[in-house]
Amino acid sequence: MSDAAFPKRPRRWMLYAPVGLAAAAGVGFYAMLQGLRDGSYNPRGVPSVLLGRPAPDFTLPALEGVDLPALTAEDLRGPLPGPVLVNFWASWCAPCIIEHPQLMRLSREGVAVYGVNYKDRMAEAGAFLKRHGNPYRRLGRDEPGRTAIDWGVYGVPETYLLDRQGMIRWRWAGPITTDTLESELRPLLRRFA
Amino acid sequence: MIGELGHFALALGCILALVQSVLPLVGAHRADARLMALAAPLAVAQLIAIGAAFAALLWAFAVNDTTISNVVLNSHSAKPLIYKFSGAWGNHEGSMVLWVFILALCGGAVAGFGRDLPSALQARVIGILGLIAAGFLGFIIFTSNPFERVWPPPMDGQGLNPLLQDPGLALHPPMLYLGYVGYAVTFAFAVAALLEGRVDAAWGRWVRPWSLAAWSFLTLGIALGSWWAYYELGWGGYWFWDPVENASLLPWLIGAALLHCAIVVEKRESLKIWTVLLAILAFGMSLLGTFLVRSGVLNSVHAFANDPARGVFILGLLMAYVAGALALFAWRAPRLGGTGIFAPISREGALVLNNLLLCSTTAVVLVGTLWPMFADILFGAKISVGAPFFNAATAPLAIPLVAAMAVGPLLAWKRADLAGALQRLWWVGLLAVAAAFLTLLIAGHHVWPALGFAAAAWLIAGAAADILDRIAAFRRPSQAWNRARGLPRAAWGGAIAHAGMGVTFAGLAGMGLATDALVELKPGQSTRLAGYEWRLESIRDVQGPNWSSRRATITVLADGQVVTVLTPEKRFFPVGRMNTTEAAIHTNALRDLYAVLGDERHGGGVVRLHHNPLSPWIWVGAGIMALGGGLSLSDRRIRVSAPSRKAAPAPA
Repeated sequence: MSDAAFPKRPRRWMLYAPVGLAAAAGVGFYAMLQGLRDGSYNPRGVPSVLLGRPAPDFTLPALEGVDLPALTAEDLRGPLPGPVLVNFWASWCAPCIIEHPQLMRLSREGVAVYGVNYKDRMAEAGAFLKRHGNPYRRLGRDEPGRTAIDWGVYGVPETYLLDRQGMIRWRWAGPITTDTLESELRPLLRRFA
Repeated sequence: MIGELGHFALALGCILALVQSVLPLVGAHRADARLMALAAPLAVAQLIAIGAAFAALLWAFAVNDTTISNVVLNSHSAKPLIYKFSGAWGNHEGSMVLWVFILALCGGAVAGFGRDLPSALQARVIGILGLIAAGFLGFIIFTSNPFERVWPPPMDGQGLNPLLQDPGLALHPPMLYLGYVGYAVTFAFAVAALLEGRVDAAWGRWVRPWSLAAWSFLTLGIALGSWWAYYELGWGGYWFWDPVENASLLPWLIGAALLHCAIVVEKRESLKIWTVLLAILAFGMSLLGTFLVRSGVLNSVHAFANDPARGVFILGLLMAYVAGALALFAWRAPRLGGTGIFAPISREGALVLNNLLLCSTTAVVLVGTLWPMFADILFGAKISVGAPFFNAATAPLAIPLVAAMAVGPLLAWKRADLAGALQRLWWVGLLAVAAAFLTLLIAGHHVWPALGFAAAAWLIAGAAADILDRIAAFRRPSQAWNRARGLPRAAWGGAIAHAGMGVTFAGLAGMGLATDALVELKPGQSTRLAGYEWRLESIRDVQGPNWSSRRATITVLADGQVVTVLTPEKRFFPVGRMNTTEAAIHTNALRDLYAVLGDERHGGGVVRLHHNPLSPWIWVGAGIMALGGGLSLSDRRIRVSAPSRKAAPAPA
């Protein structure tokens, strides 16, 4: 094996492979930095095309072992009793743990928080809710990730705010920190209450 | 005034670094002894200038100089002194100053201790280090001035993020940077070797200690960061495969491959091209991490506040150094062909296997970290890669790596007897199998923890078998003691580092058996977890120097006897208007009892309780690994100067 992997006289093109890969990565990174400037690349998500429109159609099964009703698009059609948050999350996602206390607080204050469990194992998702508490009124299970694609979810955690008519008004990619909650989300909740 | 002096010292250091990069390199190229002799004094002068700038920054934080915007944004007068200092490097600008200061220290060390190096090699290494320093000093001066003034000065600073006010995290960046920057030195040696067109045992003898030191510090830095996440974030986890965590793991993996490879170069004059490539890549991975964290191209909870202009500058540096070195590598590497030949089953062969596995692991982690970004830019696809991918992809590589770690040290150089080595490990294998069965018997159907304990037993006993074999404890027991004393420290260091890895594996396996519970308790109520009774006594207010907190008192009992009293807190920092969770941890080295206070309601509180078997071993193991590295560094062969060689012929 050593002879194959480290020939005494390496083929010249193999020696050029590292610099080629590095250059390609450099071009990619440069494109990302340019995208950051003009707004076409944003690791924290782009403004959703769904803003001002109703939620796309979907039907998600409930999470077994968790005593919560399932989630379908019908639950998000207006008129609704108040604004609704739809939160995409997974038990394997560390930032979801950061945002969890904020969701718990909102749910205690009576805000309707609906959850979509994204590409997760059922047992681990249940254990996550048992360990950190359950902020969700309804919870759908999106194991294939199909619904997340229809919503244009960038990654977990990601949260959408729907007004009482069921129109999507706000999208947040990344965890809802205490800052986000106070400076962004609360004013919106008051506006759409 | 002090601020302006610091700024001036940075500019002076930048000029000195530029001179340091040009004159010695030209001197080495022309074989001009006078120009080459300038290398060491210039490196020392640059160290003095950067040291002055770093001292000025520390001074500004120590006296809470609120006319400096960096102090205003990251410090506050009512903060313990140590966190004023750690605030100096807890932000983007200050951490870059620490970075170039450590680089200048390394340059000074090569200048001071490198008198035995051939002067052309020393001049080239110092020249390359100057080139790196000049680039990063330019980056600081043009995009990230740490001494920027604000006028009129505010009354007081805004405080350091309270999560970062912690002893573990005060030491985490310096350790990590000692590691990252240490690889700048091996990088400089690699580029110097390419310029000279030769790599020999003397070169290997210099590269090995630097890669060992860098790797040991990086091990400590990563362990401190993971330990901090464990006790400060209060999630009960220790590694989250976050892109920024991965960015520190990449140079660690490549660095581990490099330090093993450097042994082969030193002892057998083989694998030279590969070692040079690894030295370039190790520094490349360090720079890649710097770029990812500071440019804003990735979405992470750890990332610094970002500015695309900085990103372009760092990308420019990354490309200039790494792509430049790799281009030089493609051009010059064919001159470096190795001389030592070896059979596939040999110590060299085992080290090649180690390299292939470590590099494959690096590739997996690299792809998992970068793929979401590239998928976005190439296909517009938004994907996220998380722990399930990394765990599934690295485990198949870790298993053969662990298996080979105990066998490799028993193989002879050049041509070895694999069956003989395995025969000497029969009792080690028996222990590993017994550990796995015992885990399954006691803990039930937990496959990964069982494998983890098997790996731990295999590595620790394997390291013992290595030492017993070297001192011939079974064959000639009467002389074993004398042989043990005569054994080189590098042999002890290697065995200890391998055993440390085993201790870490035991910790990881133990954490796989951790249990936890989330319960709502009123004062006086208790709950049971893992054979302990946890009783909530009270929740009351406590006042600290720059925070106020709610502190729960939880008594933990076993069979009616008090084991410990845990006091988890939720702290509120009024200056930053931020809350932190202070987990309460009681350890007896075999398990952690871990409690976190959650929300309060109806006169009671929600508490999360964890029982984490063997969790301290994760970080103790990392400490043992670093200790092994340090012991190996103190080996006589490294302390005593490397054999001199004739002056290298000038490259054509």
